[in-house]
Amino acid sequence: MNWVDAIAGVLLLVGAAFVLVSAIGVVRFPDVYMRMHAATKAGTLGAGLMLGAASIVFGDLGITVRSFVVFFFLLLTAPVAAHVLGRAAYYANVPRWERTGLDELAGRYDDVDDAAPGEYGRPARRGNDDIPYP
Amino acid sequence: MILFEGPWTFLSVATLVTMVAVAVSILVASLRVMRGPSLPDRVVALDLVGLLAVSVISVVAIATQKPVLLDAAIALALIAFLSTVAFARFIEWQGERAE
Repeated sequence: MNWVDAIAGVLLLVGAAFVLVSAIGVVRFPDVYMRMHAATKAGTLGAGLMLGAASIVFGDLGITVRSFVVFFFLLLTAPVAAHVLGRAAYYANVPRWERTGLDELAGRYDDVDDAAPGEYGRPARRGNDDIPYP
Repeated sequence: MILFEGPWTFLSVATLVTMVAVAVSILVASLRVMRGPSLPDRVVALDLVGLLAVSVISVVAIATQKPVLLDAAIALALIAFLSTVAFARFIEWQGERAE
């Protein structure tokens, strides 16, 4: 057995395991924020491992650069997408899990109802300075 | 599928197992897209489906020995990110009425 193929196969299997775990997490977790945690981190790692397997199998510099570009791009964009989506979910008052005790953003933003008329119910962006930061 | 035409090797078996696992993952994530109680739930699951599509492309590139497919992965990752950000802006614009 070829060592290159062996390493690529192991990378593929580990990536498949991570991807499967992230999909199961998206279905099983009770909360948007926890689902985001599963989808973003485990999914990115699984896809990155599979791209690494592709770059090892072909053994060509162009292919390696290409797959690393995809992985780097995923690594850059996944946290940004998760952050933007989590903030939107918080603004939209998506209910948290009932056993989540901590909400450090509570009261730091104006309520959606206080938005200026014509703003389509969009919340004000400014933070509430009356509450001291911890 | 060039890889599956020869005798079974460790790489071809691993590729096959990975394909099955990623397909199952896409089905499971689609369950959340259909069921998700709120719109952000669905968008999170759709983002994961886009990521899984990138994985599928890289696995198929290995299986068919066609590295050109990785170019499609670049475009797909870009579009998945843009669509997620657009959905997030939409949810924010929609405010409390999101469901």
